[in-house]
Amino acid sequence: MEIGHNSGDHPVVARLQGVLTDLFPGSTRRVEMSARTVAEMIDELDRRWPGMGDRIRDTRPAIRKHMNVFVDGKRARLDTAIPRGAEVFIITAISGG
Amino acid sequence: MARVLVLLGTKKGAFIAESDGERKDWSLRGPFCNTWPIHHFVADPATGAVHAAGGNEWFGPAIWTSRDLGESWTHSSRGLAYEEGKEPVSAAWSVAPRDGDILVGVQPAGLFRSTDGAESFEHVEGLQNHPTRPDWNAGGAGLILHSIVSDPVDGDRVWVGISSAGVFYTEDGGRTWEPRNRGTRADYFPEDQRYPEFGQCVHNIVRAADGKRLYQQNHCGMYRSDDGGASWQSIEKGLPSDFGFPAGAHPRDPETLYLIPLNGADKGRYVPEGKAAVWRTRDGGESWQDMRKGLPQENAFFGVLRQAMATDRMEPAGVYFGTGSGTLYGSADEGDSWFEIATHLPTISSVETYVID
Repeated sequence: MEIGHNSGDHPVVARLQGVLTDLFPGSTRRVEMSARTVAEMIDELDRRWPGMGDRIRDTRPAIRKHMNVFVDGKRARLDTAIPRGAEVFIITAISGG
Repeated sequence: MARVLVLLGTKKGAFIAESDGERKDWSLRGPFCNTWPIHHFVADPATGAVHAAGGNEWFGPAIWTSRDLGESWTHSSRGLAYEEGKEPVSAAWSVAPRDGDILVGVQPAGLFRSTDGAESFEHVEGLQNHPTRPDWNAGGAGLILHSIVSDPVDGDRVWVGISSAGVFYTEDGGRTWEPRNRGTRADYFPEDQRYPEFGQCVHNIVRAADGKRLYQQNHCGMYRSDDGGASWQSIEKGLPSDFGFPAGAHPRDPETLYLIPLNGADKGRYVPEGKAAVWRTRDGGESWQDMRKGLPQENAFFGVLRQAMATDRMEPAGVYFGTGSGTLYGSADEGDSWFEIATHLPTISSVETYVID
């Protein structure tokens, strides 16, 4: 994976689903940034597209019950560390009716 | 000629049905709000904006707003949250614009206010601080604040309905509250505790056209109050059951109310005997007339949810209700006869009207 040179001192990539980016005009499904934890990643997403943070985490605070964040293929929590250069997938869980 | 809009909140998005003042030919557009579950969808005549209150299992609560009658939408939940550590707000259940402010009821039950057109919200903390709060119990849909009624003259006077904590009232803009449930039953409590101070399962409250009288559909009975909810009188005599969800007040006549009694809380919660009827009173609940013309009279096993009936302000008044099985019915003659406006929609959670002259 290549990450651009403008991604700060701890470059990582957030991968978002269309069902999330559809809610925020101008947002993209692949987001390069610098973030050391999942919480920092969500903060950065919210800074770029105000309100996006509320869609991913609630005020417990925790990742929403029906959202999943995967770091290195494992379900993560807000305080999960993101390795330098990692891709983080923010995905809706199976639910509905 | 007037445009008559019927705003629908459904389990899978918001819809708008539109006709002219004749209310014969209808068009439907939607689904809006990215197919989120929408519990309540209203217009603010003062601004021309429409606001949809909802909550999505994935993404949480939000108020969706359109300022061009559905062409484009934004959504926000900024500030629509309790403090860290408390059970998070899961969905918005009711939205009530008044004089530039917008009140929002949420699950778990609480009240929020927006003063910027639903772009951001502040918690009206007084309600959560009420000493009865630790003893509020959830109803079947959760602990939800679903009804918001403001005094037409004094906006600091507000009544809210919470399932199943009952009716609460403020006259200082939400700083302090008191329960207003005297005379309403809670049949699900032990026999000697069926008229408690709070804990009743109010299903819906509406204000009559005179701005003073309140009507209430409860889990246990139908009621009227002529003293701002300080006391309630049963008006269920003459109705086929004491159970139902929505209530619709006539736009001009405070004596006229529409209800849709269902067969019973523990009997399936559909229209009695599989025959649909809207029941109308013209004398404040002293007597009732079943309005059936145009409604199915066999094999109808639908229910109607708590916010899924409304009237319009046309002459004669229109009445509308949406079913759990996704049919929107309308009447352009005050309930005398009915017609289908839309069928095969998702479960209809709310029905409101917006007349544009």
